[in-house]
Amino acid sequence: MADTLHFSLVSPERELFSGDVDQVDAPGSEGDFGVLPGHAPFMTTLKEGRVHVHIGGTQKVYEVRGGFADVTPQGLTILAEKADEVVL
Amino acid sequence: MASVKDLKTRITSVSSTQKITKAMQMVAAAKLRRARDAAESARPYATRMAAVIANLAAGVSGDGAPRMLVGTGSQQRELIVVATADKGLAGGFNGSIVRAARDYIGAQIAAGRDVSVLPVGRKARDQLKRLFGDRYIATPEAGVPSLARAQEVSDLITARFEAGETDVVTLFYNRFASVVSQVPTRQQLIPAQVAGSAPTIDLKGAGYEYEPDETTILAALLPRNLTTQILAAMLENQAGFFAAQMAAMDNATRNAGEMIASLKLIMNRTRQAQITKELIEIISGAEAL
Repeated sequence: MADTLHFSLVSPERELFSGDVDQVDAPGSEGDFGVLPGHAPFMTTLKEGRVHVHIGGTQKVYEVRGGFADVTPQGLTILAEKADEVVL
Repeated sequence: MASVKDLKTRITSVSSTQKITKAMQMVAAAKLRRARDAAESARPYATRMAAVIANLAAGVSGDGAPRMLVGTGSQQRELIVVATADKGLAGGFNGSIVRAARDYIGAQIAAGRDVSVLPVGRKARDQLKRLFGDRYIATPEAGVPSLARAQEVSDLITARFEAGETDVVTLFYNRFASVVSQVPTRQQLIPAQVAGSAPTIDLKGAGYEYEPDETTILAALLPRNLTTQILAAMLENQAGFFAAQMAAMDNATRNAGEMIASLKLIMNRTRQAQITKELIEIISGAEAL
């Protein structure tokens, strides 16, 4: 099993993030969820909220609105209608 | 024959036109770069969206499937979206889309279909007005492509589809093949075309889990996909427009240069002829004395 997760966050205007990460927490429409490497295939709609991306010891936070998360063995893709990086 | 003064005036006027076309060409070149970047950065979203939809569509079928995916079961009423630019001075750019759309609309009407038209962009609106003006459902401008603009258009389409006023939705735009070639393209929006070429995702034996269920996700995703496709078309149009404008203005600048050269030649000949004539007059006058 891979020990990192390939994560990409894309909005219609651009690709905000693409790379290998340790964990992603996202606001699912039916409850927040976390994705770790090797997660089972899963798809959900997202509600408005924040996506936390854990890379090594650091964290990146994105504000997303209206989107979808798609988990496949290849990784996690979040398609967000609107996404902005939150400066911590 | 025009006098030297007339020719001078014409040369001045042609060179000021040349200055304008040269400036427009350079502006278009700069904007083209930006428009291409925008079109390229929108691509990952569209590609992923297509892959996700293809994946979902494979699992959804029968009566529960959203009508945007499978259609209404009829082909009778068609909404044709024609996307052009707002402005001209770009060679055959707008004309080629309008011509393709006009032929198609004509054929659909001849086939007895119930056709309505949604022109996006001032040029489409003006050029199709005489023939199909009474079929317009709205006339949004193209403006600068943005998600909000695309949303506006896709809302118009969705509203009409949800109200049961149309069965099929077709889009016309110019695909940006390269800087020198923009291809008028027809694309079916509803029922959604599931890209057969979209990479299917290898699940390695695991089953997909959906939250909420597949049909709900698909129903939410399809209108977004519509917006994405329209945005993509608008971005391609924008890039194509600037490329066409750049080429047209480059031509115009060159033509103006040729014209100035030939006018200068005529002007110099005229002046020389005049001087020669005056000299002959003086010499023959002197000889007569």
